Amino acid sequence: MFPIIRQRQLSESVFEMDVEAPAVARKAKAGQFFMLRVDEHGERIPLTFSDWSPSDGWIRFIFMRVGKTTHQLSHLVVGDSLTDVVGPLGVPTHVEGVGRVAVVGGGVGAAVAYPVARAMAEAGSDVTVILGARNRELLILEDEFRALPLKELVVVTDDGSAGRRALVTEPLKELCEASALDHSMAIGPAIMMKFCAATAREFGVPITVSLNPIMVDGTGMCGACRVSVAGETKFGCVDGPDFDGHAVDFEELMSRQRVYSDLEREADADFSRECSCHR
Amino acid sequence: MPPVDDTPAEKPRRRPSRAPRTPMPERDASERARDFAEVSLGYSEEQAVAEANRCLQCKNPTCIEGCPVNIDIKSFIARIIDGEYAAGVAVLKQRNALPAACGRVCPQEEQCEASCVLARTKEPVAIGRLERWLGDFDLACDLEHRCVPEVGEPSGASVAVVGSGPSGLACAGELRRRGHAVTVFESLHAPGGVLTYGIPEFRLPKSIVQAEIEMLRVMGVEVVTDVVVGATYTLDELLAEEGFDAVFIGSGAGLPLFLGIPGENLNGVYSANEFLTRVNLMKAYEFPAYDTPVWRGRKVAVVGGGNVAMDAARTAKRLGAEEVFLVYRRSEEEMPARREEVHHAQQEGIEFKMLCSPLEILGHDGFVTGMLATRMELGEADASGRRAPMCVVGSEFVIDCDTVIVALGTKANPLIAKTAPDLALTRRGYIAANDHGATNKPGVFAGGDIVTGSATVILAMGAGKKAASAIDRWLAERRG
Ligand SMILES: Cc1cc2nc3c(=O)[nH]c(=O)nc-3n(C[C@H](O)[C@H](O)[C@H](O)COP(=O)(O)OP(=O)(O)OC[C@H]3O[C@@H](n4cnc5c(N)ncnc54)[C@H](O)[C@@H]3O)c2cc1C
Ligand code: FES
Repeated sequence: MFPIIRQRQLSESVFEMDVEAPAVARKAKAGQFFMLRVDEHGERIPLTFSDWSPSDGWIRFIFMRVGKTTHQLSHLVVGDSLTDVVGPLGVPTHVEGVGRVAVVGGGVGAAVAYPVARAMAEAGSDVTVILGARNRELLILEDEFRALPLKELVVVTDDGSAGRRALVTEPLKELCEASALDHSMAIGPAIMMKFCAATAREFGVPITVSLNPIMVDGTGMCGACRVSVAGETKFGCVDGPDFDGHAVDFEELMSRQRVYSDLEREADADFSRECSCHR
Repeated sequence: MPPVDDTPAEKPRRRPSRAPRTPMPERDASERARDFAEVSLGYSEEQAVAEANRCLQCKNPTCIEGCPVNIDIKSFIARIIDGEYAAGVAVLKQRNALPAACGRVCPQEEQCEASCVLARTKEPVAIGRLERWLGDFDLACDLEHRCVPEVGEPSGASVAVVGSGPSGLACAGELRRRGHAVTVFESLHAPGGVLTYGIPEFRLPKSIVQAEIEMLRVMGVEVVTDVVVGATYTLDELLAEEGFDAVFIGSGAGLPLFLGIPGENLNGVYSANEFLTRVNLMKAYEFPAYDTPVWRGRKVAVVGGGNVAMDAARTAKRLGAEEVFLVYRRSEEEMPARREEVHHAQQEGIEFKMLCSPLEILGHDGFVTGMLATRMELGEADASGRRAPMCVVGSEFVIDCDTVIVALGTKANPLIAKTAPDLALTRRGYIAANDHGATNKPGVFAGGDIVTGSATVILAMGAGKKAASAIDRWLAERRG
């Protein structure tokens, strides 16, 4: 069992949780993920670390309440435990010597962008972070990013309720146009990563994307997480989650992410009905 | 009262029964194909005794040589004949920690039963069914009355076992008997390996697997789930930092192979591993009571001809598919699956499309709508004696289906090897180990599918036991 030691609600539907998992915390690196199961009936879902402490033995993750599992997670409080935490999994993000880099974090993708940007900055790179959300309410980790030794933090929202009113691709394009980038990285919804890649491609700027396909085991055993990269099938969990954004088939990724959406809605509706009568 | 005569030689000569082999009671195909409860019901006590009585109790029992772990078959059958069932269990457990599982899934027809003297003239003794019966007899007892093999005096040494499949469990049990402390690390949340995530409930109930693993826990084997060796700990960390004196790797051949044809990443295409893991390990057949979903196809095409393909096809049927096709590129005779499984699949209405190979998976809007396939014919036998299948030009046709399950086999998962660059591998990526399970890395042993490639439960167990002996010797030498 993995006890929850801190919990924080970042917005209406976004939550942050710290869980005791010393063996996992000791090895975690920026860009890696872990699998969790809430209880004995739970599914295995991948979540990326947003922070961790090797010395104190905890890991942190941020999630948006979207389906049954995240809904259940959002109801857990300090003192409750997760049944399973496994990791760290996946290949760590390449953070050394990336030069002048833009890291785009969209929505809860900001949670993954945070340790990546931190590690790149610590490794001596020139890091600009583009932090985006639909609106002020959904914008997360702004203070945490401000505390990092970044070159710049650009905040954008779709409706202009915080920072610039723009899509993340606009500041990315400006940086590309100014020839201010050696590399870029995008972490967020598949559609956002797809457009970031398209923007960077125009200017010949390399882009790494952190993919979030459906997973079961997270260790290379099932192939649920297959993604097409440069026409080749890769397993997101062991070959990724980072891939060359210019080579990823995003349409396929988005289609594969939707495969169970009807069933998931059904499970979440069942759960919501049950849990509203408890309240 | 006359003095009791207890010398076996002077017992009145026993006459083996000449009755035909006792059939296995099974649930009717039409009923069982709709749920996940076990297909074979197991012998009753009367049936077990009747079948045991067919055994000739040969002076030189050849069946024992046919068993990869050399269970003293003659002796456990004698205990059944004598009504000393607990003693029979003890004989089994002497050699095999998982008799209820092995009695169900071992290919006895190629092993012990093939070497039974009776097999020369009539049907062999149903050794596997008797093994299962004794295994179940033991599990039906209260915990304190079950047969727990004796544990050796504490040796002071401790061994890490990577993977809780048959090889790891057999190795762990054997090491405990020799007094070594054992911790089994399993990457999934439940132990058992393929017994838990692969072989379906209707062939091997998960409660049986967990109960047999529980007996190993009673022997003092510690099982730690949620640890991926190569990620959570490397081999070197286990040896240097975590305080283990030796490591056994029994991590299986878990990486699924795909066809490499267009359309393979459409929604509705599964590897057999994913499909079976969702259903067995994650219990997707009980969705939404369990959270993991599985795509329940109406028309399902399963590609392959082995046990895994049979399991996938029969599982799809139970999830409610109207039609399930088995697509195999050779003919039925060449299918590597056990005859019994093939027979069960046919009874349950699985349609065999033999001499048939997929070319492309067709889709619409991201989902599977069919499979383009070609007819095959068998050419001349090659050097290995197998007749190579060849496409029949112009014979393409479409199989109407909404789900495709690929059961083409597996290869080695490189997770451990990647973080242990000094560990020698074979050309195909499996761990290189000698006959005793020793690798090139001091203190590191390996066995089961990760060494041989996909094989069988009992061969994996045999490898785990052999490695346990080698580890025992290695620890003794090191102590000097
Ligand atoms: C669907 C199916 C049906 C089968 N049917 C039969 C049958 O009827 N009869 C028969 O004899 N054989 C059958 N087999 C084959 C048989 O199950 C295998 O040969 C046998 O289980 C191999 O045992 P193993 O211990 O080597 O590996 P596995 O059973 O594969 O166990 C390996 C374990 O190690 C874990 N692991 C892997 N990597 C790591 C890591 N890095 N760290 C920690 N843990 C790790 C895995 O999660 C797994 O639990 C079947 C196989 C399948 C897939
Ligand atoms: S999640 Fe199973 S192989 Fe990647």
